[in-house]
Amino acid sequence: MQADSPSCCPTLARPFVLVGGAALRVLARTGRMGVFFGRMVGFTLTPPVKLRRVVSRIHFIGFQSILVVLLTGMFTGMVLCLQGYHALSRFGSDAFLGPLVAMSLIRELGPVIAALMVAGRAGSAITAEIGIMRNGQQLDAMEMMGLSPFRYVVVPNFLAAMVSMPILACLFDVVGIWGGYLVGVHLLGVSGGTYMGEIAVYLEMTDIMGGIYKALSFGGIIAWVCCYKGYYTDFGAEGVSRATTQAVVTSSVLILVWDYLLTSVMF
Amino acid sequence: MIHIENVTKAFDGVPVLQGVSLRVAAGEFVALIGRSGYGKSVVLRHVAGLLRPDTGRVMVDGQEMSALRGSALRRLRARFGFVFQGGALFDSLSVFDNVAFPLREKTKCTEGEIAKQVEGALERVGLAGAGEKLPGQISGGMVKRTALARALVMEPEFLFFDEPTTGLDPLTAQGVLDLIDECHRNLGFTGIIISHQIPRIFDIVDKVAVLQDGLIRYFGPPAGLEDAADEAVRQLVTGRA
Repeated sequence: MQADSPSCCPTLARPFVLVGGAALRVLARTGRMGVFFGRMVGFTLTPPVKLRRVVSRIHFIGFQSILVVLLTGMFTGMVLCLQGYHALSRFGSDAFLGPLVAMSLIRELGPVIAALMVAGRAGSAITAEIGIMRNGQQLDAMEMMGLSPFRYVVVPNFLAAMVSMPILACLFDVVGIWGGYLVGVHLLGVSGGTYMGEIAVYLEMTDIMGGIYKALSFGGIIAWVCCYKGYYTDFGAEGVSRATTQAVVTSSVLILVWDYLLTSVMF
Repeated sequence: MIHIENVTKAFDGVPVLQGVSLRVAAGEFVALIGRSGYGKSVVLRHVAGLLRPDTGRVMVDGQEMSALRGSALRRLRARFGFVFQGGALFDSLSVFDNVAFPLREKTKCTEGEIAKQVEGALERVGLAGAGEKLPGQISGGMVKRTALARALVMEPEFLFFDEPTTGLDPLTAQGVLDLIDECHRNLGFTGIIISHQIPRIFDIVDKVAVLQDGLIRYFGPPAGLEDAADEAVRQLVTGRA
């Protein structure tokens, strides 16, 4: 019988043993995630980088996410414009519709929603792929050849996500602003010149760079969490399925938490 | 030389190895046999450095596996070959690319030289002409032979086999064992093979180690198995309780 098993303890101590055991497990997992992050960054900074593999992962994570990002970007911009117009028109400030849509998208919604889409589409697939490689002993086989799975599996995903996310966020922003233009100008009757002109007046380079930095870090979070969950997946189809779900949920929550922290520091 | 010294290992508090000791001399080929689920693969994974013992140590060529980290461990492993139970082929790569993978990553050979070596390795295991196929398109026997070709192509000094004939029909299994025997005689690697092919496995190995209840209960030449003092060993070999 294990020493930390609650059944071996007096009844009064059991809740403490349970809570303590759970806390230790959480700490151990957090520590392992931290070590994984350190190794991922370490291997990224140490050549050689498998460029062909990175390009292939950019195609998967970035290029193949374009459609979903464009669609969500357009409808986000459209609905933002619709909501913003009704709020602004109450105060006679509908001229600021363009800046409202653009700044909301560029500073906040573009990076965040694009990242959530990529976590759902590509992140889950990354976890499943690495998890299946773990289950099929392909990662062990790589280690037995004296090769590090980090260099071949983890780093390419990390670099590809970091490259892809800012581009996807920018596409999201552009299409979102265009979607807002369609609704604002053609549906609600705001002047096209005012919509675009006010954006140019109010939008600053720091807003754009802030959005890009956010997207960059979200790419890192997606690759980190999804690779980690796949790397340490449990065995069997159920294990891979659980890891995939956890990867999407954890990376989505971390993206939102990190977004709040970055926003509070940057803007 | 491989030297396993008093290795213990437990998973979730359940002891699997309770003091395993084994010494495999250079060039020697040892069969590790025992009942299913008794920790044979765990022993092999310790030797390969994929697991670390709770106590005890594993020495390979004078280096302690559990003390090695990072590039030192990768350098030693570059001298290893490992044929996994399920083959562990990279399923997105063709048979040819699977065998070529270690050559591309660990050597400075040109593509022409790699092609020559891979074709030679595939021919040696009877897979000439199957290079373009993906792992999902070939039979279980071909998967095992591809895994063997991938392990052999780097001409390792140490070669480990984790049940290389499991799931194969008797004829294919015998073919794989004959192939392993031929490779051992030609290359002279130091090897450990886990197998349930009793008594056929005894024809190709120098010694047999019997793992029972977390301990090596017999270690010696196959000829001495039937006269072993331990009744559990005799039962395992004869298949009679």
